[in-house]
Amino acid sequence: MTPPVGCDEAVRRLWEFLDGGLDERDHRRVEEHLAWCLRCCGEVAFARELRGLLRTRTGITLPDEARNRMERFIDELGEETEERSCP
Amino acid sequence: MGSMVGALRPSERAALRQLARNELPRLYALARRLGGVDPEDLVQESLLRACRSFSSLRDLQAGPKWLTTILTNTWRDWLRKDLREPDEVPVEEDGPFSLYHIIEEEDPFPYSDTLHVDVLGAFSEHDVREVLHRVPPRYRVALVLRYIEGYSATEVAEMLERPPGTVMSQLHRARQRFEREMWSYAGESGLLAGATAGERPGRGQVSS
Repeated sequence: MTPPVGCDEAVRRLWEFLDGGLDERDHRRVEEHLAWCLRCCGEVAFARELRGLLRTRTGITLPDEARNRMERFIDELGEETEERSCP
Repeated sequence: MGSMVGALRPSERAALRQLARNELPRLYALARRLGGVDPEDLVQESLLRACRSFSSLRDLQAGPKWLTTILTNTWRDWLRKDLREPDEVPVEEDGPFSLYHIIEEEDPFPYSDTLHVDVLGAFSEHDVREVLHRVPPRYRVALVLRYIEGYSATEVAEMLERPPGTVMSQLHRARQRFEREMWSYAGESGLLAGATAGERPGRGQVSS
């Protein structure tokens, strides 16, 4: 018989739960908690939204000028040259 | 010291250049997200390192992940000092923090039926990037690789050459810190009109 998970522990382990990072026993304990705790279900939905925000709202476009400079660099990549130093 | 770049065979050179061209936008974005260094310099130095160790790449399909690892390690080498520096927020203050709960308690949009979603919706791409860069580098790298680049925690552990348990704990702290910084940033930048929480004494307004 495994002890039930309280809200504190469920919240603390939420992202790990979503990441599939918990072992089977702990995953099941959090899942059981979420089956009846509405408040923690809200936390789960929010954690999912937050992960989505990180994925979709950190877009960065490569500016044309930078692309051109780096493509010129790539065109010469592998030619016999002296090693360039770090800035 | 002279480089080994001239040692590549023409076919290898062509393959590396093609891989680099294909991955260029992603590598540049990764360099910007990791932050703290000039992104073009970081990409170029990483490609030079890739050139020198191209023979270690057995399967071209693994090229994108291989380049990600090289760029991340180059960035870590350049930021070695910053990665060791202690956080501004002491450990005891960096304890459990739930953005979900604080939004509920502070209720910045009292007439909203979708309070939490509305708060997240107030953050533009610029705002999210700003918040990400407030997270200390050693936590930021885990967040970027896991949640933006989409590698599994195990893959992140391999890339950072850390035990999986260490990376899980790093990710936990990184998430906490990200949530804390989101709330702090929202208060300081007036992102949530009427929200008063999140302001820290001694911190000025952030112009954006």
